[in-house]
This record gives sequence, C-alpha cells and structure tokens, in this order.
Amino acid sequence: MSATTHAHTHDHDHGPPKGLMRWVTTTNHKDIGTLYLIFALVMLFVGGGMALVVRAELFQPGIQFVNPDFFNQMTTIHALVMVFGMIMPAFAGFANWMIPMMIGAPDMALPRLNNWSFWLLPFAATMLIGTIFMPGGGPAAGWTLYPPLSLQAGDSFPFSIFAIHLLGISSIMASINIIVTILNMRAPGMTLMKMPLFVWTWLITAYLLIGAMPVLAGGVTMLLTDQFFGTSFFQAAGGGDPVLYQHIFWFFGHPEVYIIILPAFGIISQIIPTFSRKPLFGYDSMVYATAAIGFLSYIVWAHHMFTVGMPLAGELFFMLSTMLISVPTGVKIFNWLSTMWRGSLTFETPMLFAVGFLFMFSIGGFTGLMMALAPVDFQYHDTYFIVAHFHYVLVPGALFAALGGAYYWLPKWTGHMYDETLGKWHFWLSTIFVNLLFFPQHFLGLAGMPRRIPDYATQFADWNMWSSIGGFGFGLSQLLFVWVVIKCARGGARATARVWDQPNGLEWTVPSPAPYHTFEQAPDVK
Amino acid sequence: MAAHAQDKYYLPHGTSWPILGSIALFTLLGGASVWLNGGSVGQWPLLAGLLLLFYMMFRWFGQVIGESEAGQYNLQVDRSFRMGMGWFIFSEVMFFAVFFGALFYARQLSLPWLGGQGTDIWTNLMLWPGFENEWPSNGPGNIGGDFRSMGAWGIPALNTAILLSSGVTLTIAHHGLKANHRGQVTLWLAATFLLGFLFIGLQAYEYAHAFNELNLTFGSGIYGTTFFMLTGFHGLHVTIGAIMLTVIWLRVLRGHFTPDRHFAFEGVAWYWHFVDVVWLGLFIFVYWL
Repeated sequence: MSATTHAHTHDHDHGPPKGLMRWVTTTNHKDIGTLYLIFALVMLFVGGGMALVVRAELFQPGIQFVNPDFFNQMTTIHALVMVFGMIMPAFAGFANWMIPMMIGAPDMALPRLNNWSFWLLPFAATMLIGTIFMPGGGPAAGWTLYPPLSLQAGDSFPFSIFAIHLLGISSIMASINIIVTILNMRAPGMTLMKMPLFVWTWLITAYLLIGAMPVLAGGVTMLLTDQFFGTSFFQAAGGGDPVLYQHIFWFFGHPEVYIIILPAFGIISQIIPTFSRKPLFGYDSMVYATAAIGFLSYIVWAHHMFTVGMPLAGELFFMLSTMLISVPTGVKIFNWLSTMWRGSLTFETPMLFAVGFLFMFSIGGFTGLMMALAPVDFQYHDTYFIVAHFHYVLVPGALFAALGGAYYWLPKWTGHMYDETLGKWHFWLSTIFVNLLFFPQHFLGLAGMPRRIPDYATQFADWNMWSSIGGFGFGLSQLLFVWVVIKCARGGARATARVWDQPNGLEWTVPSPAPYHTFEQAPDVK
Repeated sequence: MAAHAQDKYYLPHGTSWPILGSIALFTLLGGASVWLNGGSVGQWPLLAGLLLLFYMMFRWFGQVIGESEAGQYNLQVDRSFRMGMGWFIFSEVMFFAVFFGALFYARQLSLPWLGGQGTDIWTNLMLWPGFENEWPSNGPGNIGGDFRSMGAWGIPALNTAILLSSGVTLTIAHHGLKANHRGQVTLWLAATFLLGFLFIGLQAYEYAHAFNELNLTFGSGIYGTTFFMLTGFHGLHVTIGAIMLTVIWLRVLRGHFTPDRHFAFEGVAWYWHFVDVVWLGLFIFVYWL
C-alpha cells in the first residue's frame, strides 16, 4: 500500500508540462488564473487604446482624427471589451488563483470546464474586435445595442451578437465552476461563515452571473431573429416594443454592475485588514450586505430607463429600490473604515489602491445616488455626468481593486516582492490622472454635454482638453504597471510564505511562489 | 489503492477537448454569421464547426464516462457534477424566462399601450388609429398578413399528455435502477425517449400545419414571434433531452450505473423534468390562455 501510494503521489506531484501546449491544455487553476489575468491585461490596453482614440478626438471641438461612425464604433467596442474582456476576466483570474487556496481545495471542482471557460475568451474577443475590419465597420450603437439603431449595423451585426453569446457561455461555465467549488470543495472546518470575504463575494457574483447572462443571451438572440427571421420582438408595428429590449438588457445589465463590483469589494475586504493589522470589522454584516446587494440588483434595472416613458408607478418603484442599495453599500464602506479605525496602518501599494478605492468608489456611489432620483435623472440622462459616474465606479473602483489585488498577491504568485517604489509611483500617477480624466466630466455633464458624440459646442472645450490629458496620462501610467509585473515575475527580493506582516487566510500558509499543486491534503481549519 | 483513489478528488491533467470546442464554436458561429449576411460559403464552416463540436462532445463525454466506469470519481466528485447540473438548469430557466417575459410584456403592456390604454392614448390616436388590443395579434401593422392561431386542444393537448407520461415512465425506470431491476430500466427508459421523439414529430407536424394552413410563421407579428421562439427553443431542448435519454439507455444496455451511483441518469432525468415543466408553462400561456 505504502509503495503504491508513494508512486501515486509522485505521479501527482509532477510540475507543469513544458511548452505552449501547457497553457492550451492546462487544467490547473493557477495556470488558468494566470491566463485570465494576462488576457485581461492585454485587453486593458486594447480597450484602453480605443478609449484614447475617443479622448484624442474629443481633445478639441470639431472633427480631427476619425469620422463620427468610427468614433461610435470605438465607444461601443471599448465598452464591450472593457466589461467582458477586461474586468470580468481579471476577477475570474483572481477567483481561479485564490478561491481554491483560500478554502483549502486542491483545485477548482471542474478543471476541464475551467479550461474551456478561459479558452472561449480569446475566440470571442477575436470575433468581436474583428468586426472593426468588416464592411460597414463594427457595432456602433453603444454597448447596450439598443434597437432599432443596433439593427442598422453592417456585416458585423451577427458576429458581434455571436461574440456576446460566446462571452456569455464562458461566464456561465466559469460561474458554475466557482459556485460548485465554493459549495463542495471547502476543507473540513471551513464553514461558510469562516470563508474569506473574497470567496463570499464571488459566490454571490457567480449566482448573479448565472441568473443574468442567459437573459442577455435571450435578448441578443431576439435582436438576431428580428434582423434575420422577421420576428417582431422590438417592432411596434408587429405588436412588440423597442423598450422591451431595454428592459431585457438592463435586467441583465444591472446585476452586471454588481458582478463587476462585488469581487472588487471582496479584494478590498482582504487588503484592508492586512494593512490595518486588525480583523475585518463586521464580517457577518459584510456577508449579509453582499447578499442584500445581490438580491436588490435584480429589482432596480429600470433606473437606467427613467426617460424612456414608463408609468409613474414604475418610476417610483425603481427610484426607491435603487436608493435602498445605498444601505448595504454604506454598511460596507463603514465597515472598511471601522476596520482601519485605530489599526496600526501602513500604506504599501495594495493598501494605497484600497484607500484610493474607498475615496473614489464613494464618489461614484454618491453620483449614483443622485441619478437614482428619477426627476433629477431627467437632466442627467445620457450626458457626460453618467459617463463620469460609471467610470468612477469602474476605473478607480473596480480596476483599482484589481490592481490593488494584483500587488497584494503578486509575491504569492511569483515568489518575489514587486518594486515598492515603482508601485507607489504607479498608484499616485494613476490616481492623479484618473481624477483629471473623469472629474471634469461631471461638470461637462451638468453643463449639458451629451455622451457618445464626436464633436461638441465650444463651451465644453476646456474641460474636454483636461479630460483628454488625464486620459493619456492614465493610459501611459499603466505601462508602469506592466513593467512592475514583468520585473516582479523575473526577479526581486524573495517573498516569504506570509509575505505581509499580519495577513489572514490559508493562502499565506503555503510557500511563495505557491507550488503547482496546493492542498492536495486538506488543511485543518480551526 | 482502490481506497486511496476513493478518498482523493479526481483531478485531470491536461485536456484538448476545450480548445477543440472553442475552435468548433468559432467556426460554427463565424460560418453562421457569413450565411446570415447572405454570403454563399457560410454554410460550409457552419457545418464543419457543428461536426467538430459533435466530435468534441462525443470524445469529452466518452472520456468522462470511461473515468467514471473506472471508479476514479469519489462521492465528492459526484456531488460536484450534481451541483453543476443543477446550476446549469438554473441558467436554462433564466433563458426561458426572458422569452416568457417577452410574451407577458407584449400581452400585458405593449399591445394595450398600442391600443391606447392608460396614458398612452396618443400613441394610438397619432400612430395607430383604429387599432384595438386583442390576443392573438400580429400588431397594428398586421405584420405577415391575416393568420389563425394555434388551438390548445388538438395536438398540443396530446403533446402535454405525451410529455407528462414520459415523466412518469422515466420515474418508473429510475425506481427500477435503484432496485437493480435492469429489465425494467431498459424498457421504461426506451418508452421515455420514444415518447420524446414522438413529441418532436408531432411538433414538426404542427409547424407544417401552421405554415401551410394557418399562415402562421415567425413573421406573424408578436404572436408568431413568441409562439415560434418559445415552442422552437423548447423543441430544441426536447430534442437534446431525447438524445441524452438515448445515450443513457445505451449506457444501461452496456451495464453502466449501479443502484446507488448513477449521476448521469439523474442529471438527464432532472433535465427532462425541467423540459416538462417548461412545456406546462407553454401549454398554459402560449396555447391555452
């Protein structure tokens, strides 16, 4: 028995196979996590490049660089790439790397499916971005693809719809895997209410994804059949209604907002206690607040549609339910602040990003509350104010959390400490430029500048110029991050197993870099 | 050794099926796009992608069945499969929900509004004067021309009986499996998928009837739209379910499954009951009311 066991164990302890096929055929959660993260980083620059085309064109009034239709393609594909190709894969990468290590599991529950979840993404992204080169160009109706405008696309139309289907299949498979891993693969003693908050937020996120992505798939399928098979879902002449599409889209779209931000909450909830040297304040209430946000996210969607002409009762319901979300979100913000209160704080790069997140996510949250008020939203709707709002939530919100998480776990992934000086430079440059980029857009929106236009009245010129400068500054600052990551992967001070002063969680009990297989024997969780 | 395999969670090392599946889907959907755009060559990549997808699924499932029969899956792996199937069915529920939602929206909101109900009187007076809300409807534009709707008490009622009895036969087969009466399993499982294929045949007949005699098509306004999309996607799921039942039946013939370990059987059974429940919703809201 012992001899065979030894041979068996030996067989299982082999390292990764060599060469390119390792990455194509891998079923290892760490490999797949790395693939997700690298893919997200590449897409950050692809989508970011498109954003810079937009900002270059808006640097001055008038048409400078691109024609209006191409401008619209850039706003549309920038958004689709950033949402589906960058931020969601980034958090899926964190989930893959960290969830099995955090709950003491040997791997994800369904490793082959895990490989497919990732390997659909490059194909979907190719299909989506390839539409730019087709006759008539890529989709240009905005990422929401509202009909009838979205139906006026050229050859790109079915390709972009099918790309969304592929992205959706990938998300659903990844989510099923994550839920099953969390519910079925925890080490003995790791009860649900002992799980790190990052695991909790991903559990709720995955649930939201499985509920929301099929709805989007159904909605875009209706677009496809309306276009090619003569159906009347969104045609009033046939008894349908274009507004129906908006309801369907935002029934997906609002949970999607929390799909993006909940894992960010989770990462922040890991970072702040470590650098405050205190346990997370109000763990239970954090869990309940996450669940409450998950529930509420399904009943607020029409606040994206206040100006579309809903019955008064609808406006009221969606206004009040939306404002209700600020309660659990407030619980989270105050819990993070209470965690820091009287902690022995240090401000390494991950903590800087976390604190930056607290400030700037709150700005985005407050502008969200402003727009939740239906009568007020009538003025803000489709202006640059909404652009400023959701970019504050997504960039110094979700993206900062992802960057902070990357700095936090890079030593665990690579076995080396990153360059702290460069990390701090990266944070401060990003923070200054991101505010220069997005804060003036509040003023532009309140002054009446509409979104999704390549040209504007001269009164908007000054703030647009500053915003564009901020945009290029922010984009270039991210090159610094790439350099930090490469430098950290190639060498640097050896990281200890614990890496930080007082980190909490099972991932810090394994060596740095984490071995190819961890927790093949389940750890004891007290 | 056997005991050792049992207490270890089975982790596969390397797999080529997913990348093959991605290539297949990319080819299939790219071909479908070209074809939809009116290109003359689109159907070939579509077909190639489909074949590759079937091949991939055949081999992937084959490998998993082999590992399962070799006893490499312990109870924890079994639980992962069960949970995975459950959440997959939840995603399917949401997919059907959006099409039911479109049906309810059209009947309860958009058609009454077009007919001038409530504060939307001007929509009716200015855009569609004289249009009255009724169901079935192909909208104020009379899209697709006059048509007749599908009655509930002919073939659809028969189909309801067929699907409901197929749920019963499947349960009888399952009881047989748990009691280790293999003959009972073989017989009643065969009855189940035969009933499934019978259902599909009757649906096809009904579609032909709709197209040829009722002038009811995809293009018959919102009624035709919701009718064909809901019943069409359901029919697709019945087809997939019936194929899955057939595969399970072939596995039973080969002696797979034990009285207490038969996840694949149960997963297919859950799926079949889910398809059953969707049909009840269809029968009530699409055919009957």
